[in-house]
Amino acid sequence: MSSRLRTLRLAATAAAAVALPLAAARAQDPQPPQPGVRLSGEYGVGNRPGVLVLPVAGANGDSVRAILMRDLDYGDRVTIIGNPNDPTSSPVPAGGSANYALYARLGAAAVVQPSLTASGVTITVHDVGQKKVLRTRAFPLVGAPNSPDWRMSLHGASDEIEQWITGVRGIAQTQIAFSRGDDIYVVHADGAGLHPITRGGGTAMSPAWSPDGRLIAYSLMTDAGTAIFVRQADGSGPRRVSPVGLNATPTFSPDGRLIAYSSGQDIGTDIYAVPVEGGSRRRISVSQRVENVSPTFSPDGHRIAFMSDRTGNPEIYAASVEGGSPEMLTQYEFGVHNHRTDPDWSPDNRKIAYQALLPGGFQIFTLSLRDGATQQLTSEGENTNPSWAPDGRHLVFASTRGGTRQLWVMDVETFRTRQLTHGGGAPRLPAWSHRLGGQPDGAAPAGAR
Amino acid sequence: MTRAPRAVPLLAIALALTAAACHKQQLQPATPQPADLPPTTSMVDSAAIRDSLDRARAAEEEAARRRADSLAMADRERELAEARAALLAPVYFEFDQAELAEDARMTLDAKVPVLVANPGLRLRIAGHTDSRGSDEYNVALGQRRAVMVREYLVQHGVDASRLDVVSYGEERPAVEGENEGAWAQNRRAEFQIVGGELSNMGDD
Repeated sequence: MSSRLRTLRLAATAAAAVALPLAAARAQDPQPPQPGVRLSGEYGVGNRPGVLVLPVAGANGDSVRAILMRDLDYGDRVTIIGNPNDPTSSPVPAGGSANYALYARLGAAAVVQPSLTASGVTITVHDVGQKKVLRTRAFPLVGAPNSPDWRMSLHGASDEIEQWITGVRGIAQTQIAFSRGDDIYVVHADGAGLHPITRGGGTAMSPAWSPDGRLIAYSLMTDAGTAIFVRQADGSGPRRVSPVGLNATPTFSPDGRLIAYSSGQDIGTDIYAVPVEGGSRRRISVSQRVENVSPTFSPDGHRIAFMSDRTGNPEIYAASVEGGSPEMLTQYEFGVHNHRTDPDWSPDNRKIAYQALLPGGFQIFTLSLRDGATQQLTSEGENTNPSWAPDGRHLVFASTRGGTRQLWVMDVETFRTRQLTHGGGAPRLPAWSHRLGGQPDGAAPAGAR
Repeated sequence: MTRAPRAVPLLAIALALTAAACHKQQLQPATPQPADLPPTTSMVDSAAIRDSLDRARAAEEEAARRRADSLAMADRERELAEARAALLAPVYFEFDQAELAEDARMTLDAKVPVLVANPGLRLRIAGHTDSRGSDEYNVALGQRRAVMVREYLVQHGVDASRLDVVSYGEERPAVEGENEGAWAQNRRAEFQIVGGELSNMGDD
């Protein structure tokens, strides 16, 4: 963390103290019923820099401001001054763009000042504590205003702003693929841009993103069997990369070269890996008459975790990609019929998320890769299929907590939760993409959270 | 060319038999006739009556044969339907299990003679699960159930090449619902004829 950021954080604390009456008043405001947003857990002000997003002049200025505010809010690393879902409620400081004294009184440690240009938006971020401009940069906006491409390019600006302010790049410029009905759909991380990328031909399940976000692998179940397919993330160019039979639960290796998946012919399945462009496959797990499914790579690509029922119960294991004996990660309890499935290795290499069957249905847990400690994250409704965001801090999962099964997003630091999808079709098996737009996932400094 | 020579002898035999029958009738002793009827007329009428009685008897026999045939056919159809039902009867499993319970083995035992009697038949065994387990694990579990069924039938003499397996996981429930009644009916292997005809009933 740069000294500037440390200073900014100190300033944030000071600003929060100054702004206490305002913050307290805001905290007492009842949350208006916002479709798709639910707060759970405390949303502290003092430990997150307050960020004020100034109004944006011009056509689509309101859209730009609303999207930036919501992106920064969903990142869960800053406190948006005002209601992120109702930008008109946000204060509009008089006295120009650099009234630092007023910004401080409003509780802002950073002020985001966007202005629309012919080709995009120029963002200036003010460091209120230092009373100076922190950064300025022009971001091109792609496509027609409010089109999916335009929104995705603006999300890239949000993520950059979050990096300037907190030192960690945001996750707004990402998408989530999932199964709904018999098809694979993709939705932006803010819930916009929902569209199918497969249409018919069987039951498409278990989508997985390539690290560069260009490809999506999935399994397709037909009367002839189940096979692994890959297509462009826009839905074009489907091709089969496995035999037809029992071939399911694909995942990409972190270098984007391999697809690992579960495959079996007689009794039992093992994990295999095949080059993305096709070719002969290599067996990774070697077992007899047991199931090994749902592989997930460690961020360095050297290890692979998966579900196996080799002890009789589905548990989570990890093994070297080069082979060797897998190690059970979940704690076997003698005499208890555990059922732990659907592992997903966090991009920061700290945890594996999975689901465990409890008397009322599945709930989502994390397992610490440091000490093996487990933590239950959900309890309301049934919660399944966790998938990590590239920040290693947010999870998307399927939940029945709202009455019907929908996709939800949780910040595992604060347990703040929001609903991602609405409407019918019972979405499931979500997969959060890596950061899209060309920025590497490694942009976040190690340990910054 | 091949039909004509065969047709001629058949026709000749038929004609000869007809002639013999006529001759025989003419040699029958005359039955007593009413006195007011001329003898020639009496002879002709007697032969006609006899002929008509013969025809009636033949028709009756034919009808009886048809009745018997149709009963036999109904029996056969019923037995074929039973064989089909035995062949296609699903088998059911315990939660998270692919082992074949006693009643599942009995259901499979009834399929073996049908498969043996109809060596041209090909079956697709489709493994299904209930909705409770992991969706992804259930794809594997459905396959495991289908393969366990195939292994059992192979052990009992059915050629493995006649038995396709496919898993539908929890994706094709037989019954909708989130209760034990629905789950129990969804944990199953189903059977479908994908090649050949069921023409012989099994012999148990």
